Amino acid sequence: MTSQTLLEIKSLSVDYEAASGTVHAVNDVSLTLERGHVLGLAGESGSGKSTLAYAITRLLNPPAIITNGEVLYYRRKNADDTAPIDILELSRSDLRAFRWSELAIVFQSAMNALNPVMNLEVQITDVIKAHNPNMGAGARKERALELLRLVGIAPDRLRSFPHELSGGMRQRAIIAIALALSPEIIIMDEPTTALDVVVQRDILSEILDLRNQFGFSIIFITHDLSLLLELADKIAIMYAGRIVEMATREEIYRQPRHPYTRGLLNSFPTLRGPRRRMTGIPGSPPDLRSVPPGCAFHPRCPYAFDACPKIVPALLHIPTGKATPDALVACHLYDPSLNPDGAESVLDSRPDDHREASQPPQVELSASSDAGGEQ
Amino acid sequence: MNANNWGQLITPQLSDLNGAHHLSEEAPVIEAIHLHKEFPLRGTGLLGKSLSVHAVEDTSLALRPGQGTALVGESGSGKTTVARVLSGMYAPTSGSIRFKGQTVNIRRWTEVKAYRRQVQLIFQDPFSSLNPVHTVSYHLSRPLRVHGHAHNAREERQQIISLLERVNLTPAAQFIDKYPHQLSGGQRQRVAIARALAVQPSVILADEPVSMLDVSIRLDVLNLLLRLKDEERLGFLFITHDLASARYFAEETVVMYAGQMMEGGPSEEVIQHPLHPYTRLLLSAAPDPDRIGTDLGAKRAETPDAQLATPPTRGEPPSLIHPPQGCRFHLRCPHAMPVCSQRFPERTDAGGGHWTHCFLYGDNNQISKEDE
Repeated sequence: MTSQTLLEIKSLSVDYEAASGTVHAVNDVSLTLERGHVLGLAGESGSGKSTLAYAITRLLNPPAIITNGEVLYYRRKNADDTAPIDILELSRSDLRAFRWSELAIVFQSAMNALNPVMNLEVQITDVIKAHNPNMGAGARKERALELLRLVGIAPDRLRSFPHELSGGMRQRAIIAIALALSPEIIIMDEPTTALDVVVQRDILSEILDLRNQFGFSIIFITHDLSLLLELADKIAIMYAGRIVEMATREEIYRQPRHPYTRGLLNSFPTLRGPRRRMTGIPGSPPDLRSVPPGCAFHPRCPYAFDACPKIVPALLHIPTGKATPDALVACHLYDPSLNPDGAESVLDSRPDDHREASQPPQVELSASSDAGGEQ
Repeated sequence: MNANNWGQLITPQLSDLNGAHHLSEEAPVIEAIHLHKEFPLRGTGLLGKSLSVHAVEDTSLALRPGQGTALVGESGSGKTTVARVLSGMYAPTSGSIRFKGQTVNIRRWTEVKAYRRQVQLIFQDPFSSLNPVHTVSYHLSRPLRVHGHAHNAREERQQIISLLERVNLTPAAQFIDKYPHQLSGGQRQRVAIARALAVQPSVILADEPVSMLDVSIRLDVLNLLLRLKDEERLGFLFITHDLASARYFAEETVVMYAGQMMEGGPSEEVIQHPLHPYTRLLLSAAPDPDRIGTDLGAKRAETPDAQLATPPTRGEPPSLIHPPQGCRFHLRCPHAMPVCSQRFPERTDAGGGHWTHCFLYGDNNQISKEDE
C-alpha cells in the first residue's frame, strides 16, 4: 500500500444463508481506493456489486454474513504512523461516528432514501445534529443552505418536501446530505439509473466538480459500463461475486482483457462509427445458487478451454505486454502454464473485437443468417 | 446456447448495416395523422376552466413494413402515450389513425378488435407484463384462441412451440410449462414478444423493450427484434431514451419533447447531423466512451459543430398541465427567440427526409435569417 491509499479491501467474502443453501454473493474480493479517485464497480444484477458496498459500510443484515476479509481505512491525519482502522471490527458506537463523517453512501432510489414527511431542512440538519451536537440551530441552517447551493438546488427549496421535487432534485438533495459532514469516501450505488440522460449528465459533472473541490474519493457502482468509462479512474468488473478484471478506464476501453469485459463492451450500440450487427454475450448471468464450477463465466465464454470448468482463475497481474502494473485479470488465457500460446493469439483469432477497423464481411441483413430458432 | 458455437455465430452476424439503412418507400401500414391526446384531470383551474394534461400535441407518424421508427425522448415526452394511442388502448382526443389507408374508428369495438389484431404492444417491464399465476403456454394460448388462430388443442400446442422457437426459447418443450418466476428477465421478455407475435400482427409497438434487462442480454433481445423486422417484414415503433440504440435498431428516428415533435428523419442523419437544439442536448448528454481522457465537466463545450454548441442547459421538462406557449423547449433552449414563446414553428424540411420544428431553420419552409 502507498500513502495515497484510503481504503483497502482484503479478500472480502459475503454469504447469504438461504434455506436452499449458501449463496456466495461476494467471493474473495480485494480492492484499493486511492485518495481523490473514482473507483468504478461494474456488473450485472446479481454480480454482488451492491452487496460489496453494503459490506464496506456494514449495512448488511442477516441472512447476509461477512465470512472473511478486512476493510482497512487509513485516516488522513495519521496516515503513515498509525495503523489503519478495520471497519469490520469497529464497535457499534465507533461505527456510528465513523459512518457519514468519514464514509457516506448515496442510494439508487432517492424517493425511498428521503423521508416523505420531513422537509429538506430537517433531513439535512438531522445529520449535522447527530454528529455535531454543539453546533447551533442557526449554524446548521447556514450549512444546509450552503450544501443546497453546492449541489445546485435553489435556497428557497429548503422547506420543500420530497414530493415537491423532481427526480433529479431529489438525487441532488441526497448528495447534499452525503456531503454534509465532508466525508472522505462517498459510495454511490447506481445514483443516476432512474434519471433521464440529460439530468444524469448534469449530476455526474456536478459530482466530479465537487470531488475536485473537496477531494473526496468515490466508489461508483453501476451496471452501465459506458458511464464508468467517462467517469472512473479505475474500473473493476464483477461477475458472479468475483472481480474478473481491474484496470484503468483507458485500458478497459482500449484493451479489455477478460472475455466478459470484451463482451460487455460489444453490447453497447454506439453513436458513431460504422453501423454493424453486434453480438453481445450469449446466455444469461448465472444463478448464484448454482454458480458454474471453475470460472463462472465459462459457459458463456467463446474462448473457454479445458481448464476453465475445473480451476477457479485467480485475479493476477498480466504477465506480458504493455499493461500497467495495476492491471489485473482473472482468466486462464493469461496464465502461461495453462495457455502457453498467450492470450492474444487466442483472442485475436475470433472476429469479435468491437473496434476492429477491417471491413466486416458484407452480409445482407435480410439474409437468413441469424442463428438458431428459425422454424 | 452452446459456448462452442459462439465463434461461428458471430461471423454471419457481423454484417454492415449501412447499406440496409435507408427509408423505405413502401406504403405505410399504420399512419398517425395529427394525433392529439389530452387526459382530463379532476377539479378545475381558475374561472372553472377544466384542466387536462396535454400529453401529445400534433404527432404524425408512418410505420412501414420492415422498417423501424424510433421514438426518442425523456420521460414525460409523450412517447408512451403515442404508442398507447396507436395500439388502440386510448382514443385520441383529435386526429386519426389509418390502417392500410383506411381510417380506423377507435370508438367502434369491432373495428378496434380488427385493428388490434394487427398492432401489438411489448412493454418495458417483463416482470409485471406476465401474469405470475399462469404458465408460458397459457400466456401464448390466449391470443391464439381469442383471435381464432388455433382451432383445437393439438394445433394450439404446435403453434405455441413454433412461437417459442421463433423467439429463440429452445428447446421449446422445456419452457412451455414454466411460470414467469422460473424465467430470467430476458426469457420473460421473449415470452412477451412471443405473445405479441401469436396474434400475427403486422406492426409491433415496443415500449423500451430492453431497458429493464441486464446489459449483457439486451443486445440478444434487440437482435431478435431486428430479425423480426428484417426477415418477417414487421413494422416497428421502437420507443427508447437512448439515441445509440435508436441508431442501431431503427431506420427512422423521431425526437419528442414534452409532447411535441422536435425533429425526425433517417436515423443516421438525425444523429450525425442534428438540427434541433434539443436533439443536440440529448446527444451531448449521451454516454460516449470516445470522450475518454477529457474531463467530464469540460466536455460540454465541445460538440460536433461549434456553430450551435450546446451550452449547459440545466432544467427539467415543463409541466404538461400548464405547458409553455409556443415551442415547449424554449424555456431551456440556449437559442430561444421571442417568436419561440408565441407559437410552435411549422415543419422545415432539411432534405433527404430530415425535418425539424425549429425557428432557427425557418418556418413553413421559409428559410429564416438566423439559419446560417
